[in-house]
Amino acid sequence: MRYGRAPETLKDIAFALPAGSFHFLTGPSGAGKSSLLKLIYLAHRASRGRVELFGRDVSTIRAADQPMIRRRIGVVFQEFRMLEHLSVFDNVALPLRIAGRKPDSYRNDIAELLAWVGLEKRMHALPATLSGGEKQRLGIARAVVNRPDLLLADEPTGNVDHEMALRILRLFVELNRMGTTVLIASHDDDLVAHARKSVLRLERGRLLAPPSASIGNRGGEL
Amino acid sequence: MSESFDVRRWRPGPLLPKRDERDFALTFVVAVLCLLACLTALTAIAADRGARGWSRQLTGSATIVVRPKGAESPDAAAARAAETLAGLKGVTEARALAKADAEELLEPWIGREALLEDLPVPRLVTVELHPETPASAQSLDAALQAAGLDASVDDHSRWIGDIERSAALIRWAAIGVFILIAAAAAATIAFATRAGLAARRDVIEVLHLSGAKAPFIARLFQARFARMSAVAGLFGAAGAAMIGAGLRLAGGGAGLAPVLPLVWSDLAWLLPCPVIAALTAALAARGVAIRLTGELAG
Ligand SMILES: Nc1ncnc2c1ncn2[C@@H]1O[C@H](COP(=O)(O)OP(=O)(O)OP(=O)(O)O)[C@@H](O)[C@H]1O
Ligand SMILES: [Mg+2]
Repeated sequence: MRYGRAPETLKDIAFALPAGSFHFLTGPSGAGKSSLLKLIYLAHRASRGRVELFGRDVSTIRAADQPMIRRRIGVVFQEFRMLEHLSVFDNVALPLRIAGRKPDSYRNDIAELLAWVGLEKRMHALPATLSGGEKQRLGIARAVVNRPDLLLADEPTGNVDHEMALRILRLFVELNRMGTTVLIASHDDDLVAHARKSVLRLERGRLLAPPSASIGNRGGEL
Repeated sequence: MSESFDVRRWRPGPLLPKRDERDFALTFVVAVLCLLACLTALTAIAADRGARGWSRQLTGSATIVVRPKGAESPDAAAARAAETLAGLKGVTEARALAKADAEELLEPWIGREALLEDLPVPRLVTVELHPETPASAQSLDAALQAAGLDASVDDHSRWIGDIERSAALIRWAAIGVFILIAAAAAATIAFATRAGLAARRDVIEVLHLSGAKAPFIARLFQARFARMSAVAGLFGAAGAAMIGAGLRLAGGGAGLAPVLPLVWSDLAWLLPCPVIAALTAALAARGVAIRLTGELAG
């Protein structure tokens, strides 16, 4: 893929994530980790090549079909992307609202989830009043609230201490155990090592180490 | 700061930030447009009623020009014509105008010098027709001929035609102006929607990436601008109603009759204004929002 007329940011990337797998995406800053995630959550179209999601080619998908795919993907953005005029609670509720669910069917789940990420005292707060780590946890809560089939997290532990990072990792592992495919872009080598999961390494737009587990696409996730 | 948060009482907040400094200016512009549209409608209604009143008066009467023939004096001929016509079905009254009256009526047309004493001045007979079953010009004509009178009947149809043409012109002009104003309002709302989408691009992108469909996002703008335009329409209609009421009172009991005869019930026509304004705004906002959200999808 490329941004505008710039040289290609990502090239010669071929990999598949089997449904239900758990991967880290590592690489130096500027390698293209966020860009690769953008391709997957349909914020960018590949300039050439093919992206397949849930067994479906999405590189040529119609605009009208994108929302239903997006609803199956939870994303933790590197830059958080919260609705700044709404409370923490409202921000977490957003994906469920968009999916058309009634507030009564999810209000307790959100309270529980916010307690889980340690934001139970900040439910009424505006995102701007949160610390970096709190924002990060808010982003994670929003990404997982609708039990996505695929979770993409861009530096989800960049602003939290090691203990909180492990807690977040446990949440991801828990979700993965329930069937969610997880892909985490991370600089946090300690965390990556600790998790002992497969690692995709990006350098200057190229994939160095494809995860051994998924070489040879079996019509899997991606 | 959030200790008192009660999960059971939580209600989803507005996805678009509530207020905007632009809102007041926009409400003002749309209110003015609504005022103009309402005044246009009132003018059209009043002009229509005025035209109808005039043509009703003209339809209810006819004028007969009687030319003396042979030995019969002009006055005698006119009197005989009036008598003949008074007995006809569909005629309520026929009256011969005295010579002086006829001269007075004719003077502007042929001038005083021409009204020489010995010139056979035609005499006029005015006929009031029955309001429900007016006698036709032909039947008047036939009766006069049967009585051996040289006379021509003017049932004012030419004037009525002119008035009706003018009324139709005013009506179409009003409809045209009304459509123009509605289009201007729609363009204003479309512009505001575009600005709103641009100003809230961050919000729109988050909604979009969270799987919101274009109509979902469009509905947010649709609802906002419809509500705003309904309020503006209410103010515009109220302003027009005050102006209409002013005209009604200033013009005395019959309004500014006969120029712009308004009646109180005409003001009821202003009631749909907020609804029409809201619908126009909703459609304009929806069109723009769906198109721009589609572009975002790339
Ligand atoms: N919106 C954009 N427009 C143009 N170029 C961009 C844009 N976003 C990223 N890039 C470029 O693409 C390359 C890859 O950026 P990307 O954000 O994917 O890196 P990254 O691996 O996520 O880095 P980091 O670890 O710092 O988050 C960089 O050279 C960057 O300058
Ligand atoms: Mg990045």
